[in-house]
Amino acid sequence: MQNIANDIITIEHLSHTFGDKTVLKDINLSIGKGEFVTILGPSGCGKTTLMRLIAGFLKASGGKITIDGKEMTHTPPHLRPVNTVFQKYALFPHLNVYNNIAFGLQLKKMPKEEIQKRVMQVLKMVIMTDYEERDVDSLSGGQQQRVAIARAIVNQPEVLLLDEPLAALDLKMRKDMQMEIKAMHKKLGISFVYITHDQEEALTLSDRIVVMREGVIQQIGTPTEIYNEPANSYVADFIGESNILNGIMIKDSLVSFAGHEIECVDKGFAPNEPVEVVIRPEDIYIFELSEAAQFSGQVTSCIFKGVHYEMMVLTPEGFEFMIQDYHQFEVGRTVGLRVKPFDIQVMKKERHLNTFEGIVVDKNHVKFLDQTFKCNEAQKFAVGTKVKVLVEFANVLLHDNEEEGMLSGVVSFILYKGNHYHITVLTQDGDNIFVDTNDIWDDADRIGISIMPEFIKIENI
Amino acid sequence: MQTKIASYFGRRRNWTIPYVLYLALFVLIPMLLIVFYAFANNEGELSLTNFRKFLMQPEAMNTFIYSIGVALITTFLCILLGYPAAYLLSRMDSARAKLLVILFILPMWINFLIRTLATVALFDFLKLPLGEGALLFGMVYNFLPFMIYPIYNILQKTDKSLIEATQDLGANPRQVFFKTILPLSFPGISSGIMMVFMPVISTFAIAELLTINNIKLFGTTLQENIYNGMWNYGAALSLVMLLLIGFTSLINTESNTKAAEEGNLI
Repeated sequence: MQNIANDIITIEHLSHTFGDKTVLKDINLSIGKGEFVTILGPSGCGKTTLMRLIAGFLKASGGKITIDGKEMTHTPPHLRPVNTVFQKYALFPHLNVYNNIAFGLQLKKMPKEEIQKRVMQVLKMVIMTDYEERDVDSLSGGQQQRVAIARAIVNQPEVLLLDEPLAALDLKMRKDMQMEIKAMHKKLGISFVYITHDQEEALTLSDRIVVMREGVIQQIGTPTEIYNEPANSYVADFIGESNILNGIMIKDSLVSFAGHEIECVDKGFAPNEPVEVVIRPEDIYIFELSEAAQFSGQVTSCIFKGVHYEMMVLTPEGFEFMIQDYHQFEVGRTVGLRVKPFDIQVMKKERHLNTFEGIVVDKNHVKFLDQTFKCNEAQKFAVGTKVKVLVEFANVLLHDNEEEGMLSGVVSFILYKGNHYHITVLTQDGDNIFVDTNDIWDDADRIGISIMPEFIKIENI
Repeated sequence: MQTKIASYFGRRRNWTIPYVLYLALFVLIPMLLIVFYAFANNEGELSLTNFRKFLMQPEAMNTFIYSIGVALITTFLCILLGYPAAYLLSRMDSARAKLLVILFILPMWINFLIRTLATVALFDFLKLPLGEGALLFGMVYNFLPFMIYPIYNILQKTDKSLIEATQDLGANPRQVFFKTILPLSFPGISSGIMMVFMPVISTFAIAELLTINNIKLFGTTLQENIYNGMWNYGAALSLVMLLLIGFTSLINTESNTKAAEEGNLI
């Protein structure tokens, strides 16, 4: 699928900025002929911007988009062999169903009989025959959705872009439409680029998934790759449920986490390298405590989820595991846990410390993140030296009240690590500060940040 | 007693009484009086003399046709000048557009008689002749804002994704305008027509002042008759105009309900 000759869309080093805000950074992606690619991410991750750049509604700030072998970075939308299904359908209210669908063909000055034939064909495909005279306002959400799809595919584009097409439908309808879209993709044989924030939808529909976060691609892979081998803790957390823990890779095939050394299958790490360990809740075996147990623990909660039970187990070392199993273990029971080596996914840690660029202001102060901080180590350096500032995750203090901190920021991502939370805080200037804490914060909380003088370590660059 | 009053005001239906009274006194009864006067002769007997006079007398009929002509031309000029203005305004960033819209509407805060007198002075100053040209200028100048505002309003509310969908389906910028933007703004245009066409027919001050009483419009004829005590004939002429207004609004009804639903009718 990575074969250039078979790629319908190739995106190279694409970037986009709104004002001074970068929404897309160095995007590289190719989409194969007939492939179903889903771009997945939370709102604000840049997925819609990426789609709009492919459709031509936005002008790229940098990079290159090639569609069907032709460079089209600056081609206006009406000249691209791409059609879009818009999020809120964007059907023309002044036209009936037939004329909505015929719109694109009429613009191409196609003979009337041909238009009629093709419109009837797609109406049949989306199961909307006999609706051609209807006013679009008189249709239900699902029917409007079908008309929107028909209006796009009637033009026989090389690529169909779908911008969260099912977001406005209710759950049952969404499931049905998913199946229909999948069947339609198979029948048409063209490429689909599907934008969504719904990970389940992405896993169900796609040949390949592109996971995005803050304008950067986190991982590209098949649904199983993304689910079983997430590239980082963000992907692991975003796709499905997972236990994510800090660990240390003792040696090849042996990792230590949650206070135990456990056999795994991952290799190629430096001895004693800090890593992150991901275990899916359905991959942990839970049973009466016995010799076979790698971990022991006590069930702290047990919820019936329809097919399985979801249980939280607290180990004596103070780590919490989420487990999904068909068997129920009541709250308070002592249980044993076991994980198979190949169910443990070990990932390189993206960072171990907060690192900032700073400058020594005087004997007691260092300036970084546009703020002057008191720092005990500053005296070791000459005034004006440019230094690297290091702060451990656990040494950053967060305050409820924004004014109490030396900096203020917004909680942008929370990751539960079994015995603490790893929080990403976005400062007003757009810098990320990473914090380990036992306190519970919510997404988008506005908080104050401060760091004690003894915890600010500095070294020469 | 107190409870009686309370229960009286408590019933929501009773709240409409003042409005019903107002409508009866100031709209319904005068209308009936117009109809009554129109179908009566000077002795107060039922007759059609007034309408016969209107149809037979070339002067009134000519004025009537001329007035419709002036109204049509004014409306046409207002669309021609107003649509591009409204379109440009709708494309600007909203803060700047709002300021400009206020500038367009600003002259309307001055009494239109004063404005028209000022226009006369301006024509005198520029040594331009008063007459038909001045009349049209005055009409367009006075009524242009009424055309710009509803069109701007609807254009500005047009869903951007519809424009994108049009481009997406292969329309070049010209086709985007004619296939989507223009049809979607028809309710705005029809609101504008209502706001311009009707009042132009019945104004008389603009015609009097800007043509030094040389050109008579239907409004002037009406006013003269009533002023000179020809109540019955005046009432008949009013009725003719009312019917015309009623007829035009009837044509407009469909698009206006749509516009009203979207809140575009001022």
